[in-house]
Amino acid sequence: MTRHIRHAAFFCALLLVALLVNALRVQVVRAGVYDGNPANRRDSIARYGQPRGDILVGGAAVTGSRDTGEQLRFERTYRDGPLYAPVTGFASQEYGTTFLEHAEDGVLSGADPLLAPFPLWNDMTRGRPAGGNVVTTLDERAQRAAYEGLHGRKGAVAAVEPATGRILALVSSPSYDPSVLSGNDAGAERAWARLNGDPDQPMLNRAVRQTYPPGSTFKVVTAAAALDAGVIRDLDEPTLSPAPYTLPGTRTRLTNEGEGCRDAPLRVAFEWSCNTVFAKLGVDVGLARMTRTAEAFGFNRADLRIPYSAATSTFDTSLDRAQLALSSIGQYNTRATPLQMAMVSAAVANGGLLRDPYLVERTTRRGGATVASAGSRPARQAMLPSTARRMRELMEDVVREGTGTNAAIPGAVVGGKTGTAQHGVGNAGTPYAWFVSWAQGEREFEPGVAVAVVVEDASARRGDITGGGVAAPIARAVMEAVLSP
Amino acid sequence: MTRAGVGAGTGARITVAAGDAPAAPVRLPRRRGIELSLIVLAVLLSVYGYCAVGLARNGTVPPGAAGYGAGLGVLALLAHTAVRLRAPYADPLLLPIGVLLNGIGLVLIYRLDLETPGDRGAPTQLVWSTLGVTFFILVVAALRDHRVLQRYAYVCVVAALALLTLPILFPAVNGARIWIRIAGFSIQPGEFAKVLLAVFFAAYLAANRTALAYAGRRFWCVQLPTGRVLGPIVAIWLLSVGVLVLERDLGTSLLFFGLFVVMLYVATGRTGWIAVGLLLASLGAVAVGRLEPHVHGRIEDWLHPFASIEAGLGPNQLAQSLFSFAAGGTFGTGLGLGHSHLIGFAVKSDFILATAGEELGLAGLSALFLLYGLLVERGFRTGLALRDPFGRLLAVGLASIVALQVFVIAGGVTGLIPLTGMAMPFLAQGGSSVVTNWAIVALLIRLSDSARRQYDDGKAAP
Repeated sequence: MTRHIRHAAFFCALLLVALLVNALRVQVVRAGVYDGNPANRRDSIARYGQPRGDILVGGAAVTGSRDTGEQLRFERTYRDGPLYAPVTGFASQEYGTTFLEHAEDGVLSGADPLLAPFPLWNDMTRGRPAGGNVVTTLDERAQRAAYEGLHGRKGAVAAVEPATGRILALVSSPSYDPSVLSGNDAGAERAWARLNGDPDQPMLNRAVRQTYPPGSTFKVVTAAAALDAGVIRDLDEPTLSPAPYTLPGTRTRLTNEGEGCRDAPLRVAFEWSCNTVFAKLGVDVGLARMTRTAEAFGFNRADLRIPYSAATSTFDTSLDRAQLALSSIGQYNTRATPLQMAMVSAAVANGGLLRDPYLVERTTRRGGATVASAGSRPARQAMLPSTARRMRELMEDVVREGTGTNAAIPGAVVGGKTGTAQHGVGNAGTPYAWFVSWAQGEREFEPGVAVAVVVEDASARRGDITGGGVAAPIARAVMEAVLSP
Repeated sequence: MTRAGVGAGTGARITVAAGDAPAAPVRLPRRRGIELSLIVLAVLLSVYGYCAVGLARNGTVPPGAAGYGAGLGVLALLAHTAVRLRAPYADPLLLPIGVLLNGIGLVLIYRLDLETPGDRGAPTQLVWSTLGVTFFILVVAALRDHRVLQRYAYVCVVAALALLTLPILFPAVNGARIWIRIAGFSIQPGEFAKVLLAVFFAAYLAANRTALAYAGRRFWCVQLPTGRVLGPIVAIWLLSVGVLVLERDLGTSLLFFGLFVVMLYVATGRTGWIAVGLLLASLGAVAVGRLEPHVHGRIEDWLHPFASIEAGLGPNQLAQSLFSFAAGGTFGTGLGLGHSHLIGFAVKSDFILATAGEELGLAGLSALFLLYGLLVERGFRTGLALRDPFGRLLAVGLASIVALQVFVIAGGVTGLIPLTGMAMPFLAQGGSSVVTNWAIVALLIRLSDSARRQYDDGKAAP
């Protein structure tokens, strides 16, 4: 019997070994697979188990965290939610994250390995450090001026600092309060349904994620291409352009809003936004050189991140001459985000050098120690410096005595360009009012701000929609906010 | 029986050829002091775990820590006193292991209570533990010689069958008809039945083992015992397993099956029984797995633990359990800091091991397994040291119950074998289980006391 008792004991020992080996398999060998299963809630619980880091504007947090004591414990709160929604985005237990909340999630949630005091620290302690902060480049006053300028009308404003690419304002209207999406209660679900069902699309980031036909503001690009290509050598030399202009290869006749565009020199044509002159100019420059200049300004770039991705602004590269003529005045397939048009204006202001726009100045640990800085952004030459100098002249003329006088600021040099973009089937939609501009304080060495404003105001009468009337005052308010000490 | 207990008597430095003339009487070390120190250690460890939970969750030592420690300590000391007075030669490891496992179980249940404020299990479990220790003291005190039990073999089997059948009269709970509810308490009579059945098997096999081993026809390559001898025990066994299958208590039926095969093998020494047992087990498993939807579902879950996730229904209990174990990793998240409560229902009972796995890690889980392994090993060692066949078989049976039960439930929640609902000995929430396990430890104490007392007295066992 003894032998058999030993056998039975040996059998039980085998069972024990099987359990130990299997435990090793589950807890160590396969652990990564199980941990990574999307149905495993532990990651979410850890992620919401501590307050999220904050997004800072002008040194003050525009976000916060609220302890709910529930399983996904900390919910996001927002100060001036609608004002900063196109920048912060939302952070929701149920619907994930967007915009900066998404792009900087690693830092904000504490998961970024750079936040740990030592490499592999997180792996050793099995914890995560407190969420870090994200310091934005926004100028609070400019942001507020833009938001209040839009006054609830549908539209967007983007403002950048030309020399650096820092984004000073990024506003989309109508907006929403991201805090209604925090948490996972029925309220968040209702808000989500309501916001998604709203025909005004309050969650759409019009400044960065929506493209519009840029209309006449695109003439900045066309003029720069013409000057760069040497098609125009003298701003005051008459151009051989008929009015009305028959689009090449068609019988379609292009007309102007005002008089005096026949053979108008570039300075006059730019000042009074002559469609005929610029349509012909685009055709004269040719598709290849128009495309090169447009792309140098940032069109057709799908990889622009600020750090969240921006919609691609487009300049069609396969056009016949009639289409090229229309594209050169910002119609047909030419589309741009407000941010893109602010970049165009900034490149002119910055002597032809274009710096990629960015929104995050630096990220810090909870205590304020810097984790990463934006650093210097690569610059590209959008046009020759001599061209930029002449473009500045043209834009200044527009504000001084052309269509953009509403943007003039006493004690500052301001350049601008108005635009009224047709859209819709047969151009039946209410036109979009555009204004792009830059401004330089009298005592400054370089322009401090470049702005693009678009207003898609459905309630205004069609005749009133002009960039100069509707959009320019908003741009002025933003520029004043940046320039004023 | 030849050369039983050679050098196997709980580590005693003696060599006695059992059955032969014993060596000169020696004064054996009783080692009650070691037992006492180990018990103190076990209580301190439990109190430490209790405090760790409180510190992790609220940053303070839980207010009940002193009371909890005192309660557990008093229980353990009472049990120790009973052993000291009535079973002074008993194996000094058995009781501390019981105390430690029970203490850890209370800590884990207390920890899980924090996640389910509306359903607190620890106080009830403490009451049941008290009852279990009381029962332990009663058995140790009242049962002077384990051989007395042999006389009550048939009483035991009748009681076991009665207990097994009883729940059929009560409504099913969560798919299994294994509970009876009296005055707000739910009892699982099958738990008690397994000890009674082990006593019966041991007694019957001890009485008939010669006949079982050598008589009967030869069939294929197995020497069958005569039906007169084998008949009754197979009938009893079939009856109990049949009842359990009816009640859908798969874990326990598997346990009874394994217990029966192991004891039959040890009693007769016929390897053929193992083969027959395995064959029958596979046949039965396949048949039940195919025909019974409840079991079929369990097997499907085992093969594809994440099927419900892929189907968009969210993780099932087994998947959640695997997530728990994986989250624990090597060293665990620390007591109170895991999320095993995501398992939901049965997290304090069938799945309590997942909490241990997540919060104590592979290190803690292995330690737990080794504790059970040690308990089982001490049981087998007692069996080896004893000289009467009944005692040997009973010790083997009791040790096997613990081993099989741990394997079935731990293998189930870690995805090694299909899941069957059973209580992890001492750890899981469940009154009947705690009382039964204390009874098992009490019987092992009594058996190990006999095993070593026989040398001390210089009296040869029959």
